[in-house]
Amino acid sequence: MMSKLFKIFSVNSLLVPLVAVVMGLIVGAIIMLIGGYDPLLAYGSLFKTVFGNVYDFGETIREITPLIMTGLAVAFAFRAGLFNIGAEGQYIVGMTAATAVGIKLSGLPIVVHALVAIIAGGLAGGIWAGITGYLKAKRGVNEVIISIMLNWTALYFSNYIVRNFLLEKGQQRSEEIKDTASISIGWLSTAFDNARMHWGTIIAILAAVFFFIYMWKSKQGYELRAVGHNGHAAQYAGMSVKKNIVKAMFISGVFAGLGGAFQVLGVFHYQAIFTGSPGIGFDGIAVALIGLNHPFGILLSASLFGILTYGSAGMSFGAEVPPEIIRIVIGSIIFFIAAQGIVRWVLKPFYLKRKKEKVL
Amino acid sequence: MKKMFKLSLIMLLAFSVVLAGCGKKKEETGATGSEPAGDAKSSIKVGLVTDVGGVNDKSFNESAWEALDALKKDKGIEAQYLQSKSKEDYVTNLNKYVKGKYDLTWGIGFDLGQDMKTVADQNPDAHLAIIDATVDSPNVRSITFAENEGAFLVGVVAGKMTKTGKVGFVGGSEIPVIKRFEAGFKAGVKAANPNVEVKINYTGAFDKPDQGKAAAATMYNDGVDIIFHASGATGTGVFNEAIARNKAGGSKVWVIGVDKDQSLEFGDDVTLTSMVKGVTTAVDKVTREVIDGQFKGGSEVLGLKENGVGLADTSSKNVPADVLKAVDEFKEKIISGEIKVPEE
Repeated sequence: MMSKLFKIFSVNSLLVPLVAVVMGLIVGAIIMLIGGYDPLLAYGSLFKTVFGNVYDFGETIREITPLIMTGLAVAFAFRAGLFNIGAEGQYIVGMTAATAVGIKLSGLPIVVHALVAIIAGGLAGGIWAGITGYLKAKRGVNEVIISIMLNWTALYFSNYIVRNFLLEKGQQRSEEIKDTASISIGWLSTAFDNARMHWGTIIAILAAVFFFIYMWKSKQGYELRAVGHNGHAAQYAGMSVKKNIVKAMFISGVFAGLGGAFQVLGVFHYQAIFTGSPGIGFDGIAVALIGLNHPFGILLSASLFGILTYGSAGMSFGAEVPPEIIRIVIGSIIFFIAAQGIVRWVLKPFYLKRKKEKVL
Repeated sequence: MKKMFKLSLIMLLAFSVVLAGCGKKKEETGATGSEPAGDAKSSIKVGLVTDVGGVNDKSFNESAWEALDALKKDKGIEAQYLQSKSKEDYVTNLNKYVKGKYDLTWGIGFDLGQDMKTVADQNPDAHLAIIDATVDSPNVRSITFAENEGAFLVGVVAGKMTKTGKVGFVGGSEIPVIKRFEAGFKAGVKAANPNVEVKINYTGAFDKPDQGKAAAATMYNDGVDIIFHASGATGTGVFNEAIARNKAGGSKVWVIGVDKDQSLEFGDDVTLTSMVKGVTTAVDKVTREVIDGQFKGGSEVLGLKENGVGLADTSSKNVPADVLKAVDEFKEKIISGEIKVPEE
């Protein structure tokens, strides 16, 4: 385990994303210069926003939490050779299920109610993704297409539920969930100057640990990875490919669904009627990519993504950079991480030198 | 391996130098930035948080910002806006200004009501103001408009001027504010001509021009010739559809604009008139009160009587005098209380 951990955080695997981030920041700076804005001031404001005071730091953690969950969801499916582009939809149904349980169930004690709501959210996400997995396994339908379509189904289905069963009168949102279902941590929020802190963050970190142990330390995880690497070989070795596909999608969906549940139970305490997709699930794809589909990598990349997203408000606050340009900056960082070939090409001279060293 | 460590060390160093540079730079600009503010007539700081429509929505966010932008030049106040990307941002954006000790923080839009309440209660010393929602906190000034009264008047225009006997209403989300638009518009149309049919469509979004375009296309195909939209940036699509149809020939179609005089944006060929909401005036008024050190909490409703709503000044370009006369008559009746405009 230690050697594995070391490998993840060793210079080699960390270097490419790190250089990509720096290159992205440089490209962003050039774009800001062209636009007539001061990039140093802008990046300074970004970091000052995130690390400047406890409130903003707490809110950054709040921003990071759902990204960890959807990032894990996408990565988990990736490891089993599936592209779960439907984390968005699973996230939404997770929200709705948690909201429904949080509002409609009453009489349960504090911790139990919250747990039931969280489990409901996770299950809803899992089942939603399970549909995709089942159709892929049974009928061989491409999981990308089904899960994209299910994103929209989830969006409008959730709006329907909220509008018809959970609506607060005269508002565009559901009623507030019962206090017993809340997973907000009051004393921690007070400590963070009223930032919206909740238990979901801790569960998200535990989820990453679970991901790691399940995927690399258990027989089931071994099967999933085997199916991901080569389905035919896995089948030849006596593993059930179909079962594993459904299982991988289900667990992947649970992660995303939990992310949605945390958002309702810990942050909003109600669910708004969506006018558009919230986008957390799609961001999860980028998070998984940057994190190289490894749970601990995802913790880091979700942090990076959350810092950039949350800090971007600081860029327009402190340096008056318009949000459109900030999006270009974030986009260019993602671009360089996704297009690792470019980064490796830049790093090539160093790699070559190292090889020579080894020969000697 | 050693080389790699060295490299990353160098990069870390470079990065921290960059960061250090940032810190320095900021101090400098901070110092120079405060000088002109000191010379100016007023040194108060005002922040504005938009809803997800953004500050260029050609609608009420933009109207609100225009007021602050004008005051910036006029009174030398420091004014800034933050656009909200999603609903999560409302609390944090409001808090940026509140915790930054701004003298007044504006929230624009019904959507921000709940979060403004939270922020206001957590920071009883902060001064906040909101448009389109009523927030029940002593340190919040709530301003709402009697949109139904203004919508009634454009309804009269539409009822009198339709040639096909069908008019349409395109709304954003089904929230109380927009419901007031719809109710007033319907009542106005019926008051002008009971035989005119009103078609209603809610797109469910304030930031989706494509949906506005689709909704408008359906209505125009159905024989509607005048559409009144109350849908923020979604309405851009309604205008684009109408412009495209008028360009292609065929029967003439019109759009009635909302919140500000939209003929200035989309042209007189397509904009019949606009129902103007005095967002700019209201933001200007409350901000000036704060400049004079007179912030008051509480809520107020601005209607026809307070000149908070009404027809755009440029209406006479397309609306004939006899229709405008009828509008004025209805306006008098509403102000005197003879006609009660329904709210939903």
